[in-house]
Amino acid sequence: MASQKMSFRVHDVKVSISKGARILAAFALTLLPLGCHKQLQNVQSPASTGGEIRPYTGAMEEDDGQWVRATKDYANTRYSTLDQINTGNVAGLKLAWTFDTGVPRGQEAAPIVVNNTMYVVAPFPNKLFALDLTKPGAPLKWSYDPNPSRAAKGEACCDWVNRGAVYADGKIIYNTLDGFTIALDANSGKLLWRAHMADITRGETITMAPMVVHDKVFVGNSGGEYGVRGWLAALNTSDGKVAWQAYSTGPDKEVLIGSRFKPYYATDKGTDLGVKTWPPDAWRIGGGTVWGFLSYDPSSNLIYYGTANPGPWNPEVRPGDNKWTSGVFARDADTGEAVWFYQMSPHDLYDWDGVNENILLDLPWQGSTRKVLVRADRNGYMYVIDRTTGQVLSATLYVYSTTTTGVDLQTGALKHDLSKAPRTGQEIRNICPTAPGAKDWQPSSFSPKTGLLYVPHQNLCADEEAEQANYIQGTPYVGVTDRFYAGPGGNEGELMAWDPINGKKVWTVTDKYPLWSGTLATAGDLVFYGTMEGWFRAANALTGQTVWQFKTGSGIIGQPVTYRGPDGKQYVAILSGIGGWPGAVVAGDLDTRDGNAAAGWGNALSDLKNVTTPGGTLYVFALP
Amino acid sequence: MFLRSLSIFVVLVIASGCAAMASPLRICADPDNLPFSNHSAKGLDNRIAVLVAHKLHREPVFVWARNGRGFLREQFNKNACDVLMGVPQKMRGVLTTNPYYRSAYVFATRRQEHLKIASFNDPHLNGRKIGLQALEDNLSPPSLALIRTGHAAQLVGFNSFGVHGADIVRAVADGQIGTAVIWGPLAGYFIARDHLPLKIAPVSPLVDASGVPFAFSISMAVHKNDVGLRDQLNQALTGLKPVIARVLAEYHVPTLAEDER
Repeated sequence: MASQKMSFRVHDVKVSISKGARILAAFALTLLPLGCHKQLQNVQSPASTGGEIRPYTGAMEEDDGQWVRATKDYANTRYSTLDQINTGNVAGLKLAWTFDTGVPRGQEAAPIVVNNTMYVVAPFPNKLFALDLTKPGAPLKWSYDPNPSRAAKGEACCDWVNRGAVYADGKIIYNTLDGFTIALDANSGKLLWRAHMADITRGETITMAPMVVHDKVFVGNSGGEYGVRGWLAALNTSDGKVAWQAYSTGPDKEVLIGSRFKPYYATDKGTDLGVKTWPPDAWRIGGGTVWGFLSYDPSSNLIYYGTANPGPWNPEVRPGDNKWTSGVFARDADTGEAVWFYQMSPHDLYDWDGVNENILLDLPWQGSTRKVLVRADRNGYMYVIDRTTGQVLSATLYVYSTTTTGVDLQTGALKHDLSKAPRTGQEIRNICPTAPGAKDWQPSSFSPKTGLLYVPHQNLCADEEAEQANYIQGTPYVGVTDRFYAGPGGNEGELMAWDPINGKKVWTVTDKYPLWSGTLATAGDLVFYGTMEGWFRAANALTGQTVWQFKTGSGIIGQPVTYRGPDGKQYVAILSGIGGWPGAVVAGDLDTRDGNAAAGWGNALSDLKNVTTPGGTLYVFALP
Repeated sequence: MFLRSLSIFVVLVIASGCAAMASPLRICADPDNLPFSNHSAKGLDNRIAVLVAHKLHREPVFVWARNGRGFLREQFNKNACDVLMGVPQKMRGVLTTNPYYRSAYVFATRRQEHLKIASFNDPHLNGRKIGLQALEDNLSPPSLALIRTGHAAQLVGFNSFGVHGADIVRAVADGQIGTAVIWGPLAGYFIARDHLPLKIAPVSPLVDASGVPFAFSISMAVHKNDVGLRDQLNQALTGLKPVIARVLAEYHVPTLAEDER
């Protein structure tokens, strides 16, 4: 998560910002018709940015009113056609019932809803709860305790989170922090199989939400900061046996690169690049873990996912492109064979994982329709990539950046401002975006009604200080300290509506803290999201105006979902509970006097403890 | 990863029985970081600090504060104490004295193996697990050289603070790892204290290709503008040279000559 330092050159801060987005005169509208106290919010209106609202014409997966996987659909839209709750009546949205997970840690999971049952995975020790939606108050049907190894707590870098379960074929499947994939009978909670996938003694954990395609469930690892080699595995949903495992580094045969591999750019062509783009043997501990969300395109039978940053953090000890880290893989869903790869951040300098979600859309593009994936990357660029070939059609900066100057569409290369490149023993100021990137794991949504993406993200910069800040009496070493702080504007978080065709913001809502929760878009023209202070909000999908809000018991870093209950009513659900990488300041009770607590977050979030406390409660809302 | 972020404030006055001293000399020291310092003031830096304070006719007062992230910013720079011990010479942000010793990272090997590993290119390193001190998120400086020479996959990180101080040398002695690269004073002290059949040799060369050194001269430090105190400390250190040498020998600190590069 953290990286290195660089030279102290304040004068050459290159401001390469997406043009329209920043010229905005921010007119602060006082929002809320709800008479709440003053908000630290700015809504910037559509007209000033040049983006467009227009309906999407591509095909979407059918919506059955359930929520069977974290991403809602295979395309990762997180869009629901339910419109019972809409801009006209959302002001009357009321709390229907709650459920406490009993674990006051970061709640990142998406509740899963299927067959009138809701499944909730709690943070470590990763109990799974099945709630009966047919009865008042949704009482507990059963729960499952995986009894994970206590040792896993020490290995997880960034709080003890879990991003949720998946339903398929009568089974509920999820991962535990101590490295197991578990399949339960969705009706009874009976254990069907349990597969040991990640080795905590080597620093591996699992936090991701698995995805099922056909008869296979996909699982990837997370890692401590040192010594982990990333992989994605496909397990048979029937028995938990590993059908294939594709590493993110190493020889082609272990990366499942073969005759079908046709990357678009020359830098990704060659034999065993997963070995050759590293110092000898460094690929064995090279990172590239797989802990984000997967997408799937049934028409091509390809899955898409991103790989995390290379390790170790210090880029000087791993000269080379460090394939296949910080990039996107397209693989055959049945065989795992790689079909293409694109590396957003070759030889990553800043801990920019490539794990952010890929949203699959069919976009009108220069007169034709292109099958694309759209991703708001950690490096600050919104990529539109042809998902059949891996060609980058556009890469547009969506945050303030001092570290890069663009993406070369001919070569695919990310262009760096090398004055901000880390160098051992030096310090560098004003690194934007910083280690958590412009956007971390928190998933975006897409509404086909507006044609807009709803992207929660950060606005952060950092100073990296050289070794004097890491004084340890008696033992000299070369280290760095990261201190994060808000970028231009003074807000650390932002929710933006993004027009993927024109590559422009349509509206944006700022927040004092990073927006670490996902978003949910609905046919009621609403976008739901949460804040670290604990507000659960609905924004008007067309304007960004807050049209409803509710203050939950703790900060929100989870994934909102919506579903149709057995009573025919639409419900909206969110887990509240501060934590995760930034929220560990609260959940882990870290000392924020230490600016580098939680690897840099202590500085940016020094007062977060004063505004929220740990929690772990599910809130479910409906119209009365 | 956040092990050392907690700051503990306890003040221990070393009763000196000498009533007529000038104002106390406040020395920041880690409560649990042997061989350098511990809360009973039994570390080598505690001993040297007391000697220096007495030389200045001042009463040594230890301000116990965990070092690590934010320590300088939140403790020293907020004037929690006057003096730091164990500071790499010319460290930025503070004013350092002349060094009171110089040491290096060393290879520790089992005596019975009769190895003479000193270079990062030594073929005997191949196939062995190599222990390194993990300092918060970072490995110690020799990791730079070891990764460059193709030993990345063999590295094993060790916490080397407090109760874990001896873990890394014990791991070599037990054969859990093939060798380790350790900061000299730590290796010398724990090998001697636990009577381990290990030998040590400074890494060679003493500077990495990137310019990062593996040998360091260790000084005391004062606040940036406290030139007067720095000069007094320098004078005291000069006068105490033979006594300090005896303390270092007592803790089995492998030292290098000041001009050894």
